[in-house]
Amino acid sequence: MLTLERLEITQEAFHLTADFSITPGARVAIIGPSGAGKSTLLAAIAGFVEPSAGRILWQGRDLGPLAPGKRPLSILFQDQNLFPHLTAAQNAGLGLRCDLRLSPAEMRDVGTALERVGLAGLAARKPATLSGGQQTRVALARTLLQARPLMLLDEPFAALGPAMKAEMLDLLAALAAETGATVLMVSHDPGDALRIADQTILLAGGLARAPQPTGALFAAPPAELAAYLGTPGTRPQRGPHKP
Amino acid sequence: MARRALPIGPAGWLGAGSASLVLALSFGTLGAVLARSGGWGVLGPADWAAVRFTITQALVSAALSVLLAVPAARALARRQFRGRGLLITLLGAPFILPVIVAVMGLLAVFGRSGLLNGALGALGVAPVSIYGFQGVVLAHVFFNLPLAVRLILQGWLAIPAERFRLAAALGMGPPEIARFLERPMLKETLPGAFLAIFLICLTSFAVALTLGGGPGATTIELAIYQAFRFDFDLGRAATLALAQFAICIAAALAALRLATPSGFGAGLDRRARVQWGADGAALRIADALILTLLSLFLLAPLCAVLAAGLPNLGGLTAPVWFAALRSLGVALASTLVALLLALCLALGIVRLGGGRGRALETIGMLALAASPLVIGTGLFILARPFANPATLALPVTTLVNAVMALPFALRALLPAVRDEDEGYGHLAEALGMRGLTRLRLVTLPRLRRPLGFAAGLAAAMSMGDLGVIALFADPGHATLPLQLYRLMAAYKMGDAAGAAVLLMALSLMLFWLFDRGGRVDADA
Repeated sequence: MLTLERLEITQEAFHLTADFSITPGARVAIIGPSGAGKSTLLAAIAGFVEPSAGRILWQGRDLGPLAPGKRPLSILFQDQNLFPHLTAAQNAGLGLRCDLRLSPAEMRDVGTALERVGLAGLAARKPATLSGGQQTRVALARTLLQARPLMLLDEPFAALGPAMKAEMLDLLAALAAETGATVLMVSHDPGDALRIADQTILLAGGLARAPQPTGALFAAPPAELAAYLGTPGTRPQRGPHKP
Repeated sequence: MARRALPIGPAGWLGAGSASLVLALSFGTLGAVLARSGGWGVLGPADWAAVRFTITQALVSAALSVLLAVPAARALARRQFRGRGLLITLLGAPFILPVIVAVMGLLAVFGRSGLLNGALGALGVAPVSIYGFQGVVLAHVFFNLPLAVRLILQGWLAIPAERFRLAAALGMGPPEIARFLERPMLKETLPGAFLAIFLICLTSFAVALTLGGGPGATTIELAIYQAFRFDFDLGRAATLALAQFAICIAAALAALRLATPSGFGAGLDRRARVQWGADGAALRIADALILTLLSLFLLAPLCAVLAAGLPNLGGLTAPVWFAALRSLGVALASTLVALLLALCLALGIVRLGGGRGRALETIGMLALAASPLVIGTGLFILARPFANPATLALPVTTLVNAVMALPFALRALLPAVRDEDEGYGHLAEALGMRGLTRLRLVTLPRLRRPLGFAAGLAAAMSMGDLGVIALFADPGHATLPLQLYRLMAAYKMGDAAGAAVLLMALSLMLFWLFDRGGRVDADA
C-alpha cells in the first residue's frame, strides 16, 4: 500500500498537499488542470523532489531516505525515456541490471519481454530508428523487466495518436494485471482514466484528493473537476486551464 | 523542477580533488618561485609597457577572431558540400599547429620576402611589415580564428535538429531562426570563446618572441621569460606572473557572469535534414565566399611550410627522430592527465551545481591565467631536492602541458556533460544507474564527440609546445619543437624545414586520430 502521510510540497509560489492511501493493485489516474502539480506529485513519490513536510510510505516503510533507483517503483517520463545511444534490448535490459552485465538467462528474459510488448525482431534497433509507439513499447518492456510493485506514469503516451494511445493503455493494464503492480498514472484526458483506471485522484487548487471510483467521480463531478472538464450544469469558478 | 538535495557523491569529491591539484599547480608553484626569490620584484617602465601591450593586442586579436568566426561557423553549420569534413578538421590545424611551424608559414606568406609583399611589390605598393603589433595580431587571429569557428560550430551543432525542424514548421526564415535559436546559443557560446582566445593571447609568448619583441611589442609572458633567462630575476618574474593572473581572472569573472545556459534540452539524435530557410542564392554565394577566404587564409601558410620542408624530410638526422619519439610520449601522457582532470572537473561542476559548481569551473579556467613558465619553474624548484633537473624536464613538461590543455578540454566537455545531466539524469537515477555504471553506459557514450575533440586538442598542443622545455632541457632530453628551434638557431634551414613538416604531421595526426575517434559513429 502506498501512503502519502500529510505530504506537503512547496516550491516558490507552488504548494501541494496530499493525505491518503492507495490500495495495492489499484490502477489510479491523477487528473487535474495543468500546473496543478500532477507531475510534481509523481516526482516526489519517485524521489526527484523533496517534500517540505510529511512522508511517503510503501508497505509502512518510509521512502524518504531512498534514492530514486532504490525505491520499489518504476517511472516513465513524458519524454527522454530511452537512451539514444543504446539499442532497444539494452534500453530494456537496464530494467534487469542497470550496469547491463546480463547473464544469458537474463538476455533471454529481455528477448521475451520485447516479444511480449510486440517488438520481436527489433532488439538491435536504436530509438531514433523506431516509431513513437515502438519507443513507448521499449520503455514498457523495461518496466516489465523491472518488475517493481509500483508503476508511475507521467503521461508517457501523450504524444501518441488515439488508437495507439488506447493500445498502449491496454498493454499497460495487461502488464500491470500480470505483475499485480499498483499503477499511478498522470493524465489530462478523462478518457484515459475511464479506460483503465478504477480510481481517480483529483488534483486542483493545491490539494490532491483521496482516490475515488472513476465512474462515480465523472458521473457527479465536484466543482473543480467540472471546471476542468468544462461540463455544463455545474458551477464553474474559473475557465478551464488548457496548456 | 527543484532537485532533491543529494550528498556530494564521488563525482563531487573527484571534482574537488582535481580543482585542488589545479590550484596547487597554478598558485602553489608561484609560491615556490616567490619563496626562492625571497619576495616580489619591482616592475619597471618596460614591464608596464608590456602589460599595456599585452591587453591591447589580446583584445583586438580575440574580437577579430570571434567576429570573423560567426559567419564562418554558420556557413559550415548550414551547408553540406564535398570537403566539409576536411575543412572542419583543417580548422583544428592552426590552433594545434606548433607555433614555430605556423610562424614559419606566416613569414613565407606575409613576411618581407613573402607572397603578399611580392604581389604588392609587383603592383608598386610599399611592403607591409609582419613585425610588431600587426604581426602579433595577425598570428593570433591565424591561430585562434579556426578555434573560434570550431567552438561556435559546436554550439550550432548542439542545437537539436528537432528545434530547426520546429522552426521550419513555423515558417521561420533566417532572421527568426537567428532570433530564437542562434542568438541564444551565441549568447552562451561567444563569451566563452572570446575569453578563451583573449586568455590565450594574453599568455602567448612564442608569437611575441618571434614576431614582436622590443619595447613596443613585448607581452608579459615574454617579459617573464626574459626575467628568468637573462636576468634570473625570480622576484620580478613572480610579480609579472601575478599581474597576468589579475588581468586574466578579472576577464574570466566577467565572462562567467555573462554566460547563461540556453536551455535547449535534449533531442533524440535524429539525423533529420536540418531546415535553415536559407536557400536563397545570395546567402549561398556569401557562405561560399566566406568559406573560400577562410580556407585560403589557413592553407597558404601551411602549403608554404610543406613546399619548403617536404624535400628535406628524407635527410632528417637521428636526434630529430629521437626528439619526435620523446614528444609523442609527452603528448600522450599529458593528454591522459588533461582528460582525467577535465572529466573529473566537469562531472563535479555539473553534479555539485550552484556556487560550488561555479567555483570549480572558475578554478578549471585558472590555468589559462597561469604562466606555464612560472608553473614549470616552480615545479623544478619544488622537485630539485629529490631529483636531477635534467631527468625532470620531460615529466615537468608533461604536467605543465596537461594543465595548459585543461581549460580547452573543460570548455569542450562541460556543455555536453550538462546536456547529459539535464536530458538523462532523471532516467539514469530512476534506473539506479550510479557511479561507474552511469559513467560507462551513459556519460562516456554521450561524451564521445567532445572527449575526442578535447583529447585531440590536448595531444597536439602538447606535441607542439615550446615553453618550459626551452628553459630546462639539455640536448639529451629535447622535444621535437625544441630540436627544431635549435636547428633554426643554428641556421640549418633545410633541416629545420624538414623537421617542421615532421612536427606538423605528427601534431595533425594526433589531433585527427583522437577527434575522428570521437566523431566516427558517435550516435549510431
